[in-house]
Amino acid sequence: MAVISYREALRAAMREELKRDDKVVIMGEEVAQFNGAYKVTEGLLKEFGPKRIVDTPISEAGFIGLGIGASMLGIRPVMELMFWSFSYVAFDQIVNNAGNIRYMSGGLINCPIVIRGPANGGTNVGATHSHTPEAILASHPGIKVVCPATPYDAKGLLKAAIRDNDPVYVMENTILYNDKGEVPDEDYIVPLGVADVKRVGTDLTIVAHGRAVITSLKAAEILEQEHGVSVEVVDLRSIRPLDEETILASVRKTHRALLVEENKPFCGVDAQVAYLIQSRAFDELDAPIHRVSSIDAPQIYCKRMEDQQLPDVNRVVREALKVLA
Amino acid sequence: MAKPAVLTHPESLKRPAGPSEYAKDPVNASMTKAEKIALYTKMARIRHFEQRCIRIYQQGKIGGFLHLYVGQEAVAAGTISLLGKNDHIITGYRDHGHGLMVGMGMNECMAELTGRVTGCSQGKGGSMHYFAPDKNYWGGHGIVGGQAPLGTGLAYAVKYMGLKGSCLAYMGDGAVNQGAVHEAYNLASLWDLPMIFVVENNGYSMGTSQERSTAHPGCLAKRAEGYNMAWDVINGHDVYEVRAKTALALKRAHEESKPTVLEIFTYRYFGHSMADPDKTYRDKEEIKEYRDKKDPVLAFEQELLREKVLTPELSLKINEEAMAEADKAAVFADESPDPTVADITKHIYWEEDNRGPDTTSRGTIIFE
Ligand SMILES: Cc1ncc(C[n+]2csc(CCOP(=O)(O)OP(=O)(O)O)c2C)c(N)n1
Ligand SMILES: [Mg+2]
Repeated sequence: MAVISYREALRAAMREELKRDDKVVIMGEEVAQFNGAYKVTEGLLKEFGPKRIVDTPISEAGFIGLGIGASMLGIRPVMELMFWSFSYVAFDQIVNNAGNIRYMSGGLINCPIVIRGPANGGTNVGATHSHTPEAILASHPGIKVVCPATPYDAKGLLKAAIRDNDPVYVMENTILYNDKGEVPDEDYIVPLGVADVKRVGTDLTIVAHGRAVITSLKAAEILEQEHGVSVEVVDLRSIRPLDEETILASVRKTHRALLVEENKPFCGVDAQVAYLIQSRAFDELDAPIHRVSSIDAPQIYCKRMEDQQLPDVNRVVREALKVLA
Repeated sequence: MAKPAVLTHPESLKRPAGPSEYAKDPVNASMTKAEKIALYTKMARIRHFEQRCIRIYQQGKIGGFLHLYVGQEAVAAGTISLLGKNDHIITGYRDHGHGLMVGMGMNECMAELTGRVTGCSQGKGGSMHYFAPDKNYWGGHGIVGGQAPLGTGLAYAVKYMGLKGSCLAYMGDGAVNQGAVHEAYNLASLWDLPMIFVVENNGYSMGTSQERSTAHPGCLAKRAEGYNMAWDVINGHDVYEVRAKTALALKRAHEESKPTVLEIFTYRYFGHSMADPDKTYRDKEEIKEYRDKKDPVLAFEQELLREKVLTPELSLKINEEAMAEADKAAVFADESPDPTVADITKHIYWEEDNRGPDTTSRGTIIFE
């Protein structure tokens, strides 16, 4: 086991898959000569050359669409969006084309494309650069969405995504890029649709994904230390497919649920999870489900306020205590 | 190493810095001494504001992205100095220079960068999202190319209302490859809109030199021909040339209601944003060469000294005052309060901010 950063884990996933399968191509703005806007693809051009690692113009609709088209013929493009916020100019390709072609062709065609990049707030870049579109995208059947929170999951999920025969959208987080964690040296994948219990507990289940997992783990620690509460933290890892059984098993054990995510509240991922719990484990609940999401507004620029707009440890602790009351 | 994009551009090479051929152009020759001094002062203010920002960023008081305009001043200065009351502008995220040119104050601009409630957008927009609609400045847009259709819409509205005006939409050399820009070009031409697309070609989009990003028939502006639009290329270090050629496009907009693409060759001295270490994709020599030979602020100063409009003493005074103004703005930004948590959910909907007997919608619109 090596201890590497989330960024290095993503890079390692791409390196290994580039080596394993010569159909894998990395494409995006500044991914090659500049080594990536966030240095995720650093060194790949040098190692694999310009046929495999391709710089694109600032033409997301064009190059993402091109990647989807190439994937129909068996290329396995791994497209980097500098920010998922920029996916919005390519929305038709990402949703209408990648998401529907298999269905509309009656199963004749599939699109094994991966689109990856950061999707997060918290970096003081304002409303146009801080979108978290996992819920919007996952609401389209035909599309898969994953949100790794740790280096281990980042590598395993990205490798699984690249081998997957459907469109998989990987949402990373710039704030996590430097986080370190243990990652096996040997080949492994994290299958899509398998949640991970990141902390075992008995009194309350927190369901989270992405950086909200890290926030929730910190909150769980405080709840244990200061309030003597044992919290279980379920990291969804994958939004669609969704590991319903792991969520339900945890709730059946703790009988209380708090849902934490960095999305805005309206129809967030937690709305789906809350529906699941009430429909399949209603009798298990000892308290209403609560949630913590971002304050419902476009992302504010002011850093001090943005830190409050996002779910923070204090807010998670406060809300957890309400569920436990 | 990519070959230097700006300095080898044939159009740019044709005109080394020196006395401006365009000094005698009517739009420049007709300027009063005071107007020329005012234009120089504005350019100097942009320069000093931006340089002050670097320090504040390095002190950690500005976060996120900070895209500096240093080196490109003559573009905003030259174009905006020509505009009248029905002429509008809109640009991308490299938007401070345009803001100061339309008359935004250094205080509100600086306070926005540090996220204060006294900022032009009350700390909600940040560096990339300045707005001053009262000064016909419609932003400040973070998504590359997104401003091109918006600007085309402003031009449409001006025409619709029967006004003799225009809109200038600024974008970079990388932005010309966004689909939205092409759609806007077509609409502006198809519908005869009083529109000027200003391509500020500084040679690079982030770390990508212009020849690595764009297929073009000799220059970016020439793409206009595919849309049956007029176009021109301009040496952006010479504010007189910028004014002379922009004036023709404005005339076309005002009198014929026809669009133009202007490509203005310019250069940025700093990294793409403060987050770009700027070490890999261009030579320091390239920067130095432009700075030494074609600095737009110095070039205009020299021009005005030759014309005896400026004296070295006056120039020094102008620059010192601009620096002092930027220093004061930094203090203002420091001393201003932050927005509050309650402010986060304000300004989302017009109707929520203006509840009254005439507002009609019901139901929950901001969710917990
Ligand atoms: C749609 C979209 N894609 C990518 C980006 C990230 N980005 C911001 S500026 C930039 C480079 C733009 O270069 P150019 O158009 O030449 O303008 P300049 O920065 O040189 O002024 C990129 C890739 C973005 N903001 N929006
Ligand atoms: Mg550029």
